[in-house]
Amino acid sequence: MSAPPPTIPLSPTAQPSTGPPAAAEKPADPVEPTLPVKARIRLRPADSGRAVALVVVLLVLVVISFGLGRYSLSPVTVVRILAHEIAGIGAGPRGQDRAVVMNVRLPRILAALLVGAALSSSGAAYQTMFRNPLVSPEVLGVAAGAGFGASVSILIGLPTAALQTISFGCGLLAAVLAVTIARVVGRGSLIILVLGGVIIGAMFNAMISSAQYLANPETTLPEITFWLFGNLGRASMHSLIVPSVIIGVCLVVLYAVRWPLTVLATGDDEARSLGVNRTRIWAVTITASTLMTATAVSIAGIIGWVGLVVPHLARFAVGPLFNRMLPVTTALGAAYLLVVDDVARTATTLDLPLGILTALIGAPFFVALLAKAGRQWL
Amino acid sequence: MALISETTPETHPGSTVPRVQLDDLTFTYPRGGHRLTGVTLTVEESEVCCLLGPNGAGKTTLLRCLLGLLRPRQGSVRVGGHDVAALSARELARLVAYVPQSASTPFPFTALGIAVMGRTPHLRALASPSAADRRGALEQLDRLGVARLADRLFAQLSGGERQLVLLARALVQQAPVLVLDEPTAALDYGNEVRILQVITELARDGHSVIMTSHQPSHALTYSDRAVLMKDGQVVATGHPDEVVTGESLGGLYGVPVHVTGIDLHAGDGKHTVRTCVPIPAQLTPEHNGRTGRR
Repeated sequence: MSAPPPTIPLSPTAQPSTGPPAAAEKPADPVEPTLPVKARIRLRPADSGRAVALVVVLLVLVVISFGLGRYSLSPVTVVRILAHEIAGIGAGPRGQDRAVVMNVRLPRILAALLVGAALSSSGAAYQTMFRNPLVSPEVLGVAAGAGFGASVSILIGLPTAALQTISFGCGLLAAVLAVTIARVVGRGSLIILVLGGVIIGAMFNAMISSAQYLANPETTLPEITFWLFGNLGRASMHSLIVPSVIIGVCLVVLYAVRWPLTVLATGDDEARSLGVNRTRIWAVTITASTLMTATAVSIAGIIGWVGLVVPHLARFAVGPLFNRMLPVTTALGAAYLLVVDDVARTATTLDLPLGILTALIGAPFFVALLAKAGRQWL
Repeated sequence: MALISETTPETHPGSTVPRVQLDDLTFTYPRGGHRLTGVTLTVEESEVCCLLGPNGAGKTTLLRCLLGLLRPRQGSVRVGGHDVAALSARELARLVAYVPQSASTPFPFTALGIAVMGRTPHLRALASPSAADRRGALEQLDRLGVARLADRLFAQLSGGERQLVLLARALVQQAPVLVLDEPTAALDYGNEVRILQVITELARDGHSVIMTSHQPSHALTYSDRAVLMKDGQVVATGHPDEVVTGESLGGLYGVPVHVTGIDLHAGDGKHTVRTCVPIPAQLTPEHNGRTGRR
């Protein structure tokens, strides 16, 4: 270096320490003012408007769903009956309309809303926590466990209440076993947890097959098979009280951890260094999601795809921040299962199995979504 | 929490407690592997500390102990006088911010979404970031000259842009200590220089910066304190002009290296910038081990 190169800019040592580091500015746009950029970016996204729209759509769907069926009712009649029964407004309508709305359709619609909300919310929580867009609520083997509990209950001829309880318990047992494998074998690794769920799920599926093999082909075998297909027709108001409490509490709990869960989606070490207590958030998320999934399966049987597809739809609509995604996922999941169940009970004279419909609708729908949004959001 | 002020990166203004103090730090992985033995190190306010050493020397292990991700078996890590082992994740995150080598998430977060996560340790329990938090994050993106990227998807940014966004997130965290794990490993030359200059600016603003690097010239040009590590031990620590020499680098990496100074003339006079070059194989046999001296 003989000739002194005066053009080499040295670090601006002489600048006062408060000056912003201009070195980071791209040379291409040195004069671009920053204020217009700030103004362009929406600091408070217009979420509330969209949320209100979603709730209105959900309410309209509910009213329409009450009217659908072999005994059809006009929306006005439905609203009048509901207003009288719930809020005590107006005169009581005809006895038969009231019976159809309150005794036949209300439990079924409530079950659809609960199960749809539970499955999609726990799917969204698991996808975020495992940082894996392919994860569904069944990831810890909960559905297989609950299915096994139901199969055995049918096999030995237990009443519906006992079936639901045993199914719920076996679903929890499956998740506990998967978590135990992760803790003992994998020292808390998330990948071992997923593998543990796969193993436990396979085990319980084999045991479901055993139950079917042992079942009476005339009586209990079709019953087990239909239960596993998924159906909301079994719900009664009485049997929905405990599930709605469990699902409601778990949704509130998930909402409480919405922000730490968002941060966890960027990595475990990073979340920890941003002040998130990883172990606590994992425990809370797994517990809440497992309780919701086991509850949903015990009400309705195995309904796939809802917990996988709906979170993607929500993410597509409002972005991946879990705090914004969760309410949309919950409402969207409830609406989705309500519509699919409307199709299931009105498309043909038969009551179509819900689990088969969600898969038939979900799969091509998912492909369309992938084609549209593709790499943008996955 | 009275530990630290909410707005400035000052731990204890005017106090004599060192910013970061590692005392006789020893760490062993349960199944062997990398380890640390008796590491003692002090980093002060407004100081850039650069850790050098071959792969497996324990640089990253040291950073992970400092971040509270690993519990030392013996010895202590203190930040602003507080024992890291006694702090909650939230308390520690207000003192130490981490810039990873790279970040990957399968979800389409925007740059602003990533940056606002720096507010996490300052949020009230059960809260999520407000519009004011997002504005604060945008200001830090602006400070690093990347406000125009706020709405872009993080995954679609270039390596240098991502690093600036992660650095902005660390600034949003308002922690007095910045920990960077090979911040320029994935960057092209221009972005490498840009990031390192930003880092020195941040140190001048009062941050304590602790970074690892595979480039000895980073320690020579940009750091105030160099720490040479090998086999989990600190071999030498001090001003880079004193400890980063051809001889010490040769011992550290097992290859012949020559350290030299280059005079640059700028407006206010002559500046000597020290750097290092590997000695080509054909020049080594007779000079081996001696060429580093001038």
